[in-house]
Amino acid sequence: MALIRYQAPELAPWEAADRWSNLRDDLNSFFELPFWSSFGRGGQLFTGWSPALDLYQNNDNVVAVIELPGMRKEEIEISLHDGMLTISGERKRESSSNGDNAERTERYIGAFRRSIALPTRVDANKVSATYRDGILTVTLPKAEEVKPKQIQVS
Amino acid sequence: MNTLTRENRDGDRAQGEQFIAPPASVIEAGDGYTLEVEMPGVNKDGLDISIENNQLTITGRRSFPVVEGTLIHRESRPENFRRTFELDPSIDADKINAKIDQGLVRLTLPKAEHVKPRKITVS
Repeated sequence: MALIRYQAPELAPWEAADRWSNLRDDLNSFFELPFWSSFGRGGQLFTGWSPALDLYQNNDNVVAVIELPGMRKEEIEISLHDGMLTISGERKRESSSNGDNAERTERYIGAFRRSIALPTRVDANKVSATYRDGILTVTLPKAEEVKPKQIQVS
Repeated sequence: MNTLTRENRDGDRAQGEQFIAPPASVIEAGDGYTLEVEMPGVNKDGLDISIENNQLTITGRRSFPVVEGTLIHRESRPENFRRTFELDPSIDADKINAKIDQGLVRLTLPKAEHVKPRKITVS
């Protein structure tokens, strides 16, 4: 049985509300990934890389904009399931660093996953995405029946 | 070798423009440093790198994707990026090289010749 979080259509712009979905995702991925891969997050369970996500909607589309600097588009996975959009991927260490080199990093390296419940039904076959300047833009056209329609009074 | 680069984390308030300091990584190799700074939404036109008195300042101005519609949920911040680093004097400032790819700025800062580690042969 899948546990789906109920999402009201009008989501208040409160950033902390999404931390619960991050918490669930973190717990899910914590058990899936090998134990040592949490090293990249500094061994902390509930923090780690959570890329910023903005969600827009207009009459025709729902658009998700995610900040993902320094990745290759082949490393990004986008999936849609039960009204939830999930973006995941893994950022690998690009430069060759041998053991002799001193290193100090604030950037998160490793796997990430973000999920967000979509406000309406979308047409999964028509979803498109572009990745430019480190920003991933996912355009999800709304399903026909949920688009607003004008009704003529005869 | 113990001192990599010190950085200045004060938020810049020059001319009323607000900046946030982006996360960065420094790797030191024998012949130089590699500095990586994350600036999503910044491309070559919005990037400005300058050096003054051993201080390297990187400024990135975002070009936001134009999305028509109402905003339902927001986590990103609108401010541009700026960060200042104090350079190790062994860095040869004329040979600094910078590239930006998908919002990640990568700078190579080679050390001046005379400080590179070298082998000394025993005759």
